[in-house]
Amino acid sequence: MNSYHLDHLQYLETEAIHVMREVAAEFERPALLFSGGKDSICLLRLAEKAFRPSDIPMPFLNVDTGHHFPELNEFRDRRAIELGGKLIIRKVTDAIASGIATPSPGEISRNRLQIPTLLAAIEEFRFDCCIGGARRDEEKSRAKERFFSFRDSFGQWDPKNQRPEIWNLYNAQINSGENMRVFPLSNWTEMDVWEYIKREKLEVPSIYFSHQRACVRRRGQWLPVNDLIPPKPGETVQNLTVRVRTIGDIISTGCVESPAQSVDDIIAEIAAARVTERGSRADDQSSEAAMEDRKKAGYF
Amino acid sequence: MTTPATHPVDILRFNTCGSVDDGKSTLIGRLLYDSKSLMEDQIEALERSSDITGGGQVNLANLTDGLRAEREQGITIDVAYRYFATPQRKFIIADTPGHVQYTRNMVTGASTANLSIILVDARLGVIEQSRRHTCLASLLRIPHLVVAVNKMDLMGWKQERFIEIRDEFETFLPRLDIKDVKFLPISALNGDNVVTASPHTPWFSGPTLLGHLESVHIGSDWNLNGFRLPVQWVNRPNSPTDPQLHDFRGLSGQIAGGIVRVGQKVLVLPSGLTATVKQIWTYNGPLQEAFCPQSVTLVLDQDIDVSRGDMIVGLDVLPGGSSNVSAKVCWMHSRPLQRGKKYFLKHTTHTVQAVVTHIINRIDISTLEPEAEPAELALNDVGEIRIKTARPLIYDAYSINRLTGSFIMIEQGTNATVAAGMLMPPDETVKPEYNDFAI
Repeated sequence: MNSYHLDHLQYLETEAIHVMREVAAEFERPALLFSGGKDSICLLRLAEKAFRPSDIPMPFLNVDTGHHFPELNEFRDRRAIELGGKLIIRKVTDAIASGIATPSPGEISRNRLQIPTLLAAIEEFRFDCCIGGARRDEEKSRAKERFFSFRDSFGQWDPKNQRPEIWNLYNAQINSGENMRVFPLSNWTEMDVWEYIKREKLEVPSIYFSHQRACVRRRGQWLPVNDLIPPKPGETVQNLTVRVRTIGDIISTGCVESPAQSVDDIIAEIAAARVTERGSRADDQSSEAAMEDRKKAGYF
Repeated sequence: MTTPATHPVDILRFNTCGSVDDGKSTLIGRLLYDSKSLMEDQIEALERSSDITGGGQVNLANLTDGLRAEREQGITIDVAYRYFATPQRKFIIADTPGHVQYTRNMVTGASTANLSIILVDARLGVIEQSRRHTCLASLLRIPHLVVAVNKMDLMGWKQERFIEIRDEFETFLPRLDIKDVKFLPISALNGDNVVTASPHTPWFSGPTLLGHLESVHIGSDWNLNGFRLPVQWVNRPNSPTDPQLHDFRGLSGQIAGGIVRVGQKVLVLPSGLTATVKQIWTYNGPLQEAFCPQSVTLVLDQDIDVSRGDMIVGLDVLPGGSSNVSAKVCWMHSRPLQRGKKYFLKHTTHTVQAVVTHIINRIDISTLEPEAEPAELALNDVGEIRIKTARPLIYDAYSINRLTGSFIMIEQGTNATVAAGMLMPPDETVKPEYNDFAI
């Protein structure tokens, strides 16, 4: 036996660093999507590992739906400053005001409206590549996506016509107006992300840990009480000890009852979990092909 | 209940090959289900979809067929990746369909695999498709092979049938480059010998499929012989605040072979300049040595001209270097290979223009018999070709090093990935021109 051996996190790390450096070398105007969520927190650490002692050679981009948890935005802004990165924020509310995004009558969710907002930002800054923190274990249609996921000039993903991806040789060629989405965490699982956060001692937003929150039971989930969709008659508000497992918009992110106060507690909780991470996201449950449809339209 | 690992373990990547009827998806479903890797909402989703498609019976195959189009048509379009863990290991499954685009998908899924599972239907025995799978696994140099003889329940769990199939398989194995082959009698549908040992096979001493996946030795699957660093990105801080970094010039990349140490003399190719490794820089602090497949940043003692696409190598085992190379390629596009047409060729971090000068043969992938000088190579064909590149490639034979011996071909204009290539042993190693080349 030799000591020249990588454990699973080291293997995933070197794979992700390789992918990020390919992006920096092959694209002229890449951006890194940073929401402040746990996956993109790992992305930033990987970017530091890939590019230090140089500056991270791409700006951070976030589409602000206007429905974010305030704790998340505070963390996002602070972390970008700490890393000396340029943070670009584009708001769905601005996209609605300028007519780029049009809500359908009564549409409260910003889920669909993020898509035109993101595509407009890509066009505005002429980004030819966006690095995202999506993982294949999250969702069925993600399981079929490549590390380098080609999007046509409308931002669309064509699942039936993806470029084969062989060895670690990524085809980064695109024509003008086309775009690449790159996912360095493709092979990571939710558990890997938390184990990496632990190993790297990464700070995460406070809402991932147990806290008191007023919640309302809706469609089998505990949703945080908010002004956008106030409790309806007949719904009872309860004060619970909860945390979020995955962060989406405040109107669609289910809270899980949890006493987890540390990363170790979270790892133990996931190890014993009986539902997947996305099981607490109302936006994915609306239909079995919800994510597939959104991705085809330009979503991540 | 199996608790997922919370301590460092290694990763085994494997792929499964087989057609819908072989029970491939059922096998993966069984592995996930019996190793407690499925969650309640996934099982619920499975039960929801079974109401639509399966007349109420839960179909484990629905777990892996992710896209709506696939579920509606009952087919698998593309390579899907699945993840599960046991306390011993983490697993990445590349699930490749066995029918349309078969070779293309299998090559994609298998290219990163340590191990390949070939499913054989016990009723049918070794059929042409089994041979194609095995030959492709051999061509791609997958180190470990498992032949899972499935549906043994339908053959009454007869040992004679298992041995018959194993013997038939072993008659063509000597022609292949696979060293480690394991035969297992299983029933994916009922779970026999998948995660738990079957009561029906007292004549079989094991292990189970999962037991084998957990214990097969993969420590030597990376090449640690002959240092290779394809330069990926030149790391030069723009306006560093730290004065020590004013002259920092790092060469970043993922080590594609061997080991590198501080103080070691290295050769930069194709320029042929030599230098000494001054520092192995990483975010977590400097290292004394680094190995394949770590991602590092090297600082050399001399400020020589090095850029992306160059290769830094050790002096002990020299690579090949040539603008005329031979390779086996798998053609992956509906427009056939065209002799004389310019393609991009991406090899390590180096993209060059390339022209195919000869199609030497087409290889029948169920027998590995070559057919000399075919008119073309079409989609899913495998053949040997001769390529001329605009700049020399610094490379190793694919049989020696999968990372420095592989390439892809890209069609100019459409940017489609049209081929996966495996380089043949070089005619000669590089000849450095400089006199100070002495070990």
